[in-house]
Amino acid sequence: MEQFGQEFLNLDVMAKVAPFLLQGLLQTLLLCSFLIPIGLVSGILVMLLTTSPYRLLRWPAIAAVDFFRAFPPLVLLVFVYAGLPFIGLRVPALVAVAVAFLINSASYYGEIYRAGMVSVPKGQREAARSTGLSATQTLLYVTLPQAIRNVLPDLLSNTVELVKLTTLASVISVPELLHSANLARSLTYNSSPLILAAIIYLLLLLPIVRLIARLEHRL
Amino acid sequence: MSSAAAAPVPRYLLEARGVRKSFGTTEVLKSVDLLVEPGKLVFLIGPSGSGKSTLLRCCNRLEEPDGGSIIMDNVDLLSPRTDINAARRQIGMVFQSFNLYPHLTVQKNITLALRKVVGMSTADANARAAEMLALVGLPDKAASYPAQLSGGQQQRIGIARSLALNPKIILMDEPTSALDPELVGSVLAVVKDLRDRGITMVIASHEMNFAREAADKVVFLDGGLVIEHGSAENIFLRPQEERTRRFLAQIRH
Ligand SMILES: Nc1ncnc2c1ncn2[C@@H]1O[C@H](COP(=O)(O)OP(=O)(O)OP(=O)(O)O)[C@@H](O)[C@H]1O
Ligand SMILES: [Mg+2]
Repeated sequence: MEQFGQEFLNLDVMAKVAPFLLQGLLQTLLLCSFLIPIGLVSGILVMLLTTSPYRLLRWPAIAAVDFFRAFPPLVLLVFVYAGLPFIGLRVPALVAVAVAFLINSASYYGEIYRAGMVSVPKGQREAARSTGLSATQTLLYVTLPQAIRNVLPDLLSNTVELVKLTTLASVISVPELLHSANLARSLTYNSSPLILAAIIYLLLLLPIVRLIARLEHRL
Repeated sequence: MSSAAAAPVPRYLLEARGVRKSFGTTEVLKSVDLLVEPGKLVFLIGPSGSGKSTLLRCCNRLEEPDGGSIIMDNVDLLSPRTDINAARRQIGMVFQSFNLYPHLTVQKNITLALRKVVGMSTADANARAAEMLALVGLPDKAASYPAQLSGGQQQRIGIARSLALNPKIILMDEPTSALDPELVGSVLAVVKDLRDRGITMVIASHEMNFAREAADKVVFLDGGLVIEHGSAENIFLRPQEERTRRFLAQIRH
């Protein structure tokens, strides 16, 4: 038991690597501060495409969304990072992460919004249009707010997934939280930095998970 | 009415002629005329599936007619040059299932189009909403959400919402058929009040007693055709067509 504590819960090690991990946390937060809002917005655009009345827009969009939801995000990330230079585009690792995970999360968010839109009765749109609201105004003020309210727990769950997804960025050496923790582990020959990282993720995500549970209860 | 004899053509507020609509291979409206004079209350009756809702929905292009012409106060509704959003402002619609926006308060339900379509300031729109709420007898419900109201109250809000835009005509699709019997009266009272204020309305409804008492004109629709139309008295007391007689007999059990 003592050995276990030494390996995983070594407070001295934790204290020593904490500033380093904090750097990683900042990198993770930077990624999230970009990925979450842009993902939430581009998910709406994806939903507009996959529910478009025009087949020429709808079919390719549905195919792309299906593809990227089934495609392993790690492979996508490596493709974007290591593949783009072949077509003459060398992108910084951070940009590769942003692009790859945005494609992935926009597909997921898009499907959630679509489910939300389906859950809004047809009569809502008709009532809005009958008062002269345009299609865009109807979306903005009537159908989309209801759709979002109906799938809020799913949107939040996907956001939690997205935060955890950013740990994959360590694969291409983006110094996000998990990458820093792993580096600290190999430097200190001790696993406590990983536990510290896990604690930070928990502190970050538990409130959201709790909120999701409460929202689901409310329904 | 005295000048009507002199005028060569009667002036209709809503003039729908030869309206056709099919869903797939089902011909729902074969060729339907609906002529509504200003200030009149027209009742649309007919068996289930006869096309009443479809006809009303064609009149504000919630449903796109396959043919015919629909003129609303000299505006050709089916012309591609017509701004349909502007036209719809003039055509109120009240739905069987109310279709109030559940995420908005009663006040916001009424003011949304006033603010976003008409461009009223929030203060003016709120004042207009208060006026409409008083008119439908619910002056203290501005801050309520639709889910907190009874069906009858919700439908009166639905009427207030369409009335707020000051439309030239209001189309109502079975405004009372989703209501518990004891709540029907409150909605019909509002309809009657609107009629007395000279508001033009077309109502698809099975409320035959109300039709007899309040309608200026009754149109009987069956199988996608107008079988018979005329004054409430003529349709209910002296129907000329066999199908009308059969329908009325059924309705009275
Ligand atoms: N969007 C649609 N797609 C396919 N068929 C439809 C659609 N809307 C209506 N119909 C069909 O058109 C016919 C007429 O429907 P409509 O709702 O106009 O009748 P109604 O006279 O209003 O009947 P009710 O008294 O039951 O309301 C019905 O057979 C219905 O199934
Ligand atoms: Mg109907």
